Amino acid sequence: MSKRKVKDSHLPVGECITEVQSILRERLCCNLHPDKPEEIEAQHKHLLELLKRTVIHGESNSVLIVAPRGAGKTMLLKCVLRDLLQEKEAEKSLLQVHLNGLLQTDDRIALKEITRQLHLENVVGDKVFGSFAENLAFLLEALKKGDRSSSRPVLFILDEFDLFAHHKNQTLLYNLFDVAQSAQAPIAVVGLTCRLDVLELLEKRVKSRFSHRQIHLLSTLTFCQYVQRVQTQLSLPENFPDKKFGQEWNKSITTLCKDASVEEVLRRHFNTSKDFRSMHALLMLCLSRVSVSKPVLKPADVLEASKLRFADAKGNMLHGLSILELCLIIAMKHLNDVYEDEPFNLQMVHNEFKKFLQRKSNSMYNFEQPVIMKAFEHLQQLELIRPVDSSTAKIQKEYQLMRLMLNHSQIMEALQKYPQCPTDVKQWAKSAFA
Amino acid sequence: MTSLLEQPGYDEEKLQMVAEQLLCREDQAGLLLSLMGQPQQYCYPSIFIYGHQASGKSHVMHVMLKELELPHAIISCVECVSSSLLFELVLFSFFGSEASSLLPRSPSLSDFVRIYRQQCLQAPATQTRYIVMEKAELLRDADANLLPALLRLQELDNVSVILLSEISWDKFRPNTGCFEPLLLHFPDYSKGDLHQILSQDSHPKYSDDFYSSYINILLGVFYTVCRDLRELRHLVRHTHTHTVKETDTHKLWRNIEPHLKKAMQTVYLREVSSVQWEQMQQMEEKEAGALRGLSAHTHVELPYYSKFLLVAAYLASYNPARTDRRFFLKHHGKIKKTNFLKKNEKTSNHLLGPKPFPLDRLLAIFYSVVDSRVAPTASIFSQISSLVTLQLLTQVSHDDQLDAPKYKCAVSLDFICAISRTVNFEIVKYLYDFL
Ligand SMILES: Nc1ncnc2c1ncn2[C@@H]1O[C@H](COP(=O)(O)OP(=O)(O)OP(=O)(O)O)[C@@H](O)[C@H]1O
Ligand SMILES: Nc1ncnc2c1ncn2[C@@H]1O[C@H](COP(=O)(O)OP(=O)(O)O)[C@@H](O)[C@H]1O
Ligand SMILES: [Mg+2]
Ligand SMILES: [Mg+2]
Repeated sequence: MSKRKVKDSHLPVGECITEVQSILRERLCCNLHPDKPEEIEAQHKHLLELLKRTVIHGESNSVLIVAPRGAGKTMLLKCVLRDLLQEKEAEKSLLQVHLNGLLQTDDRIALKEITRQLHLENVVGDKVFGSFAENLAFLLEALKKGDRSSSRPVLFILDEFDLFAHHKNQTLLYNLFDVAQSAQAPIAVVGLTCRLDVLELLEKRVKSRFSHRQIHLLSTLTFCQYVQRVQTQLSLPENFPDKKFGQEWNKSITTLCKDASVEEVLRRHFNTSKDFRSMHALLMLCLSRVSVSKPVLKPADVLEASKLRFADAKGNMLHGLSILELCLIIAMKHLNDVYEDEPFNLQMVHNEFKKFLQRKSNSMYNFEQPVIMKAFEHLQQLELIRPVDSSTAKIQKEYQLMRLMLNHSQIMEALQKYPQCPTDVKQWAKSAFA
Repeated sequence: MTSLLEQPGYDEEKLQMVAEQLLCREDQAGLLLSLMGQPQQYCYPSIFIYGHQASGKSHVMHVMLKELELPHAIISCVECVSSSLLFELVLFSFFGSEASSLLPRSPSLSDFVRIYRQQCLQAPATQTRYIVMEKAELLRDADANLLPALLRLQELDNVSVILLSEISWDKFRPNTGCFEPLLLHFPDYSKGDLHQILSQDSHPKYSDDFYSSYINILLGVFYTVCRDLRELRHLVRHTHTHTVKETDTHKLWRNIEPHLKKAMQTVYLREVSSVQWEQMQQMEEKEAGALRGLSAHTHVELPYYSKFLLVAAYLASYNPARTDRRFFLKHHGKIKKTNFLKKNEKTSNHLLGPKPFPLDRLLAIFYSVVDSRVAPTASIFSQISSLVTLQLLTQVSHDDQLDAPKYKCAVSLDFICAISRTVNFEIVKYLYDFL
């Protein structure tokens, strides 16, 4: 859309907002890789060098990229691949195989996918192989025999690498590392994982064939850098169609990030997680509050977005319980106090509830057992209570032992927020907290 | 908060239509729509919507996606018993039947993603596609990779996955983490909201005012127990026939409230259909108080001795074995009250549930309660096994070959009282807990 002439173009506010939304959404929602990755130049250079050696000199190699979720492993790899393909040689000859532990759940599927991605389905045909290794060797050999006589470098990318370690005998990993180590063919194996203990998952024979090269993306991010990051992520590029709007927007983002209340919110987020992805989620919620009638981001938006991010899910669910269900939870709380968190069953809860009712004259809460049972089952369905052992088959429902999955403060808070909680119920609950 | 009607990129008339159908959910729908953005813009890869049953999660999604004519696939995890059904449905909704027929038999996630990717090359998304998963909590029971893979489906193309559930996200997160969706909560409807929504489907027979006050009374009775819109609607539908005769709003309250209270025991628990309910109401006018006993589980017919067997089993389950002498020996002497320690509540057997007992104890009690009215035979054993088949008794510890089989009685006190009444046996006198 930015084909429009940049100079002296002035767009109506509606179009500007549409443009802002498109640009920022692409940045926040889909994994577009930035032109220049920030703060990971060293890792970028390292990986690029490594892969270049495979492509240009035909050296085999294996490497793991280890970092927490959303820290940018995939992004790093994509950036490196993009830069690698700038090399003439790479563009001409490099073959890529992308595997993902979530998708290729066993080695048979993985091998099929490798064959497909190397475009060797026809070559393989109905051939039957004695072993996995034989099959893989055949594939690599087939690449050689193509129209080109020299063997082409193959890049194996294993996303969610740790999941491949759960495959039977780790056959795929063993064979890939084996080929890489013995230099049968020029291949590079790049694994991406969020598990720091990934090496411990590998069997000894697999581990001994791995190069033990690891690239870590552990961030040493300071709060200042974090705020800076937020600002860059929200800023519009230079070539925004409406220059004036773009500049004003960027200025407003700068002031936004300096606002004291915003800083407080960001600090809270910074302390819970520093990765890009959770920051993107927060910014996405902010962005959704920008509209034609309010074409700027205000501190209030950030506060609201943060409130959504930190919403207490359990509290939210407790808010919607009926009074009967709430009473049952209070009864459970009483039981837990008296019997020191021993599990309980419906009969005990009902009994405890009856004790509360006896103290009162009106019969507003006098329910039959089946009605109570239905409420109890609802609590179980919401997983607020959970059976002690799951072999429920032979026990009557009312005697099934249960545990409450809420703690003291959660119940307390729920009671305070509960809409129009009857005072007698409140008092009854309080007597448990004394 | 951007209001629902203000979203650019959508037809205003259609938005108006949506707003009309989403009574009391305007805020949530507005927020959702602003997150979804304009059709051709990207939406966040996955959104997790949680809230109580019938808080309108599915309703909002259906109305929005249908009225705004966005490309979507709505998938109920209850119906998709296998993931291949899920894959087929998604491919079919987005790319038509040719695409879904490309799936091999028992397809893997890998197959699905491959075909999805292929199809996207031919027909790239011009608008965000939406996959809505209803009752998403069932995904936890499916293949462990399915949920994490769905959450990041957007890496393929412009597609967003929206999960609907009544359980909070904390209970979904896999051990090694996954792509975290955006969490949205649909709060429960307040009493006022419920009133407003229920009044909407007013019956042509009644005036709006009248119907509205009827709903009011119904909510007054049921709101403490149930806030589920679907349940309440069921109750409204199944009880309003009785109001036909009433036209005066003031009389209504006095006359209808007792009926509704009874409905709590029957209609609410789904033990009677609306036809039965009507019949009951008519009967009641003739012979008052015949309501009780209609409950389904009091309708079990058993042979005479089976009833005694069941009674004996109940006694064996709920009385401590040491008290058997006192209850069942003819000449046990005077009951010494002091023998019975002050009972701590925790030891009450009606709180803890039935205890297992061996067969000989059952028989001993049986012969003693049934008096000399019976000739003992092998048929007793077949009656025991049929009680087990009926699940009135359960057999425990049968895997332990050395031990004789043990049983537990699996019926409630109400039930056993009803049974023993039919054989003129006063069971309460023989129960330790009620001494
Ligand atoms: N250094 C960076 N500069 C700019 N953007 C980044 C950087 N690191 C990560 N991101 C952004 O953060 C998001 C998450 O990154 P990415 O998908 O690569 O994470 P990941 O480590 O692969 O996570 P997972 O383990 O879940 O696969 C992406 O949108 C990416 O563009
Ligand atoms: N705001 C509303 N206005 C009208 N009907 C509603 C509204 N919310 C829910 N309903 C109706 O209530 C029933 C249950 O809603 P549903 O969306 O299926 O709940 P959930 O998916 O949250 O369990 C549906 O029949 C729906 O049509
Ligand atoms: Mg990744
Ligand atoms: Mg639903």
